[in-house]
Order: sequence, then C-alpha cells, then structure tokens
Amino acid sequence: MISPIRIDVCALARRAPASGRPHLVTRPTGRAVRKAIEGRLAAPPVGPAAGSPVRSSASAALVSLVDFTRVHVMDFSCADEVVAKLLLRYLGPNRPRNAFFLFRAVAEAHRHALKEVLGRQGLAAVCDVGDGRFQLLGRASPGEREAWGALERRRRMGPGDAATALGSEGARRMHGLAKRRLVYVDAGGAVSALSAFAANGDGRP
Amino acid sequence: MRVVEVPASLDYRNVETIYKSAPLDEPGPVLFDARRLHWTDPNGIAALLSAGRAVRESGGSPPKLSPPTDSKTASYLDRMGFFRAAAEVFAPPLPGPQRAPRSESPVLLEVTPVASHGDVHTVVDRVQARAGAILSRTLGYPRSAVVQFSVMLSEVCQNIVEHAEAPGWVAAQSYNWTKRLGRRVVVIAVSDLGRGFRASLHDEHSERFGDRWNDATALEAAFLMGLTRFPDTGRGQGIQQIRKQVGRWDGLFSVRSGTARIADSPSWSSAPPLQEGLAPFPGAQINIVLPEHRPADRTA
Repeated sequence: MISPIRIDVCALARRAPASGRPHLVTRPTGRAVRKAIEGRLAAPPVGPAAGSPVRSSASAALVSLVDFTRVHVMDFSCADEVVAKLLLRYLGPNRPRNAFFLFRAVAEAHRHALKEVLGRQGLAAVCDVGDGRFQLLGRASPGEREAWGALERRRRMGPGDAATALGSEGARRMHGLAKRRLVYVDAGGAVSALSAFAANGDGRP
Repeated sequence: MRVVEVPASLDYRNVETIYKSAPLDEPGPVLFDARRLHWTDPNGIAALLSAGRAVRESGGSPPKLSPPTDSKTASYLDRMGFFRAAAEVFAPPLPGPQRAPRSESPVLLEVTPVASHGDVHTVVDRVQARAGAILSRTLGYPRSAVVQFSVMLSEVCQNIVEHAEAPGWVAAQSYNWTKRLGRRVVVIAVSDLGRGFRASLHDEHSERFGDRWNDATALEAAFLMGLTRFPDTGRGQGIQQIRKQVGRWDGLFSVRSGTARIADSPSWSSAPPLQEGLAPFPGAQINIVLPEHRPADRTA
C-alpha cells in the first residue's frame, strides 16, 4: 500500500506572500509553494486517503500528486523551485520522507519550462499531460524511456516481468528508474507505474 | 543650464543619443528638451526616464523636461503612462492626465515600475489580461503565446529585482512597421539604474576572465554562457530562456549594460552582435522586438 496525497498548487500559489494570484511566477512564490508542499508531506496524510489504512511514519511511501490545474503561467524560476528543487530534496538518501512525485495537469504551456529546469538539474519527472496520457519529462536515456514506457502501458510488472518484457537489460533499467524514484517497487519486488496511483487514488496500483 | 536635445524620433535604434548626452558627472541644472519629439517607442520612453533619474541621482536635483509640443505624441506618452512615471523623475510642472483612463486601453503594457517581486506579478496580470488579443489577432502568434510572452516578461523583470538591486521600468507596445519591416511588431523595453552586469557578476566570475573582465565580457558571460552570481545551478536560466523564445519568434533581443551592448540579431535587423565603447550609463537596458508571423513563416 502506498498512500496518495493531492496537492493543489494553484491554492498554494494564491496563499503565497506577495502573490495572491494563480500564476506561478517569481522565485519567492515558487519557494513558498515548495515549502508549503514540503509542509503537507511532513504532516500525516489527510483527505481522500485518510480512511485508508496508511502508515504515517517517515519511512511509509506516499505518492504526491502535485496538481497544476488552474495554473496558467509558470515561469522558469517557479518551475525550478516547485518541481526541480522539490524533486532534488526527496531524491537523496537524506530525504525527509519516502515520497514519490507525479505532476498532474501539466499543460502544454508548462511543459517547456519543466523540461528545461529538469534537464538542467539532470532530473526527470512523471507528468500527467491530460487526456489520460502520462509523459516522462526531463533527462532520461532512451533505455530508461523504453522501460518506463513499457511499464506505463502495463501499469504494473511482477518480479521478473521486466526481463521478459524488455530483455536482459530490463531488470537493470527498471532498477535505475526505481533509484530515480520514477517507478515504485513494493516489498515483494513488483514494480508499479506512478500513474497507477493517480488513476486509482486509493493507494493501490 | 545643460540641455539634452531629444531627437524628433527616438526608438531602440538611437537611444544612445540620450545616454551619451545625459550629463551624469556635471552638477547643475539640466533640461531634457523633448519639444521636437514626434515618435518614440518603449525604449525611447525608458531611456528618457532612466537618463532623467540618472541625472537626478548624480546631481542631486531633478532635471526639467519640456514635453513634446505635438499633441498626438503627448497623448501617446500619456496613454503609455510616461508622465505618471516622469513625475517621480523630473521637476514639476509636467502635463497632467489628458484623458480619463479607458477600460480597454490599446497599450500592451504602460510604463510600469519594477522594484519588487510583487511588481512582477502585477506585470504578468496586466499582460495576461491584454496580450492575448494583440499576440494572436495582430501578430498571428498561437493562443499559447500569451503564456510564453508572460513568462518572458516575468523573467526579464525579475532580472531587475534580483540582479540590479535597484528599481526599474518595463513597457511594451505594438506598432505597425510598414516601412521598416513590412509588418507589425511588439516592442518591449526594460530599464534599471542598478549595478549592471559587470558589478553583479564581478565577485563570482571576474577572476576567470582576468584582464579581459569588462562590461562586454560580463554581458557575454550572462548572455552567452548563462553565468549568474548565484552558485545555485538552477539559477541563470532567465536570459537563456528569453534568448530561445525570442529566437523562435525571429525577434531581436539586446542587453546594454555599462559601456557595451550584446544582441541576438535576426536577419531583418542590422543590430551588431556586440558593441563596445558606448557612453557609460548605469544599470541595464533590455530591448526585445517581436515581429508579426505570417503563414509562410516557420511555426512557433
């Protein structure tokens, strides 16, 4: 079980100091939104998943569904703060929470900024780009993209399925994606696409 | 009294005349004589305000301004918010508002002071409300261009707040350059009287340039290499991204700071890629010209 937590970025931007608007512009606004997201992740899960039997310890995995609905403008400074710096903070071994990130409602107008800031930091992110489609934005090798795409189509692979689907390199590539926190591996070794958690919303892939 | 003669036509091509003739090191009363002014653009407006403020800051007393005698030019400056901004720079009296503000102004972005991140939000709000129609109907840009345009203005205005450490102005307007280019354009001007690129980058980057470190190399460092005074690798993207976006729209993008100007110059412009030895002037002045797209042009 992995608990999803929904984060309304537009609402956070409206509450940011010196902002009060739905636009994600200026670095202080981006920093305030990122801090607010980190604050949400530090708190026990609430909302739709509150009734689920979730674990609230720092080691319990959660998928953060960072939703850009109603955000019209996102500049590079904000994209760097809200996406790149957020991912960097939760990527390393000293991350404050075992959190995975899926960015939702990533409109075409946002994608260029996201690609640029992710690429600059050597990062990649799973993004819901609308109409039920998900994309891996940012820096990833062709092999990583192939493995991610194969998992995305199946949503879930059991232990050993990666080698069957992707050949001898499959398991290694999937391990690489897990290390970059672009897929979720459960205790039994099964691998799930992050999009699976967005689709179900109940913590089950 | 020293008199700064404002030419009859003042736009991005000849703003150097203002920077060159503004007496920054000579105390005493100064008059900016704009009576002959018949045509200007946001760069001309920003140059007048910047030169006026620079004179005021160097001499201690506000310079005087003789406004244009041509009523259409004066009316245009009024619509652009020039006199409102000029009231903070030049000595009174200045022309008051000539007409009540219209709810639907044809101006893309009046002269807007930029001193804080909150001002950047104000700029984006105004542009979001007005730019869509101008960019799509007048310039033939895709509907999504209004977001990219807003991002560009946000980044260029943040450059003032984060690097200049002094207030500045931004203004934008569309024009029909029938004779010059055979199409419409949007002109954006951003100006500040801050410490300029050379001083901003000095502590972090001057050493690697050694004796070559000057205004031109500082501009090259920021403009071409994306260097910034912040060690954070996520910083320094603003100018780089503006260059990319302006390039996609086949536009002109130039930055002047200190005694140098650097530019990405499209085929329709004669602006040189680098100019050195210009008249010393504080801060930075940014010019962006975006031309109308036609069906035969490459898509954005």
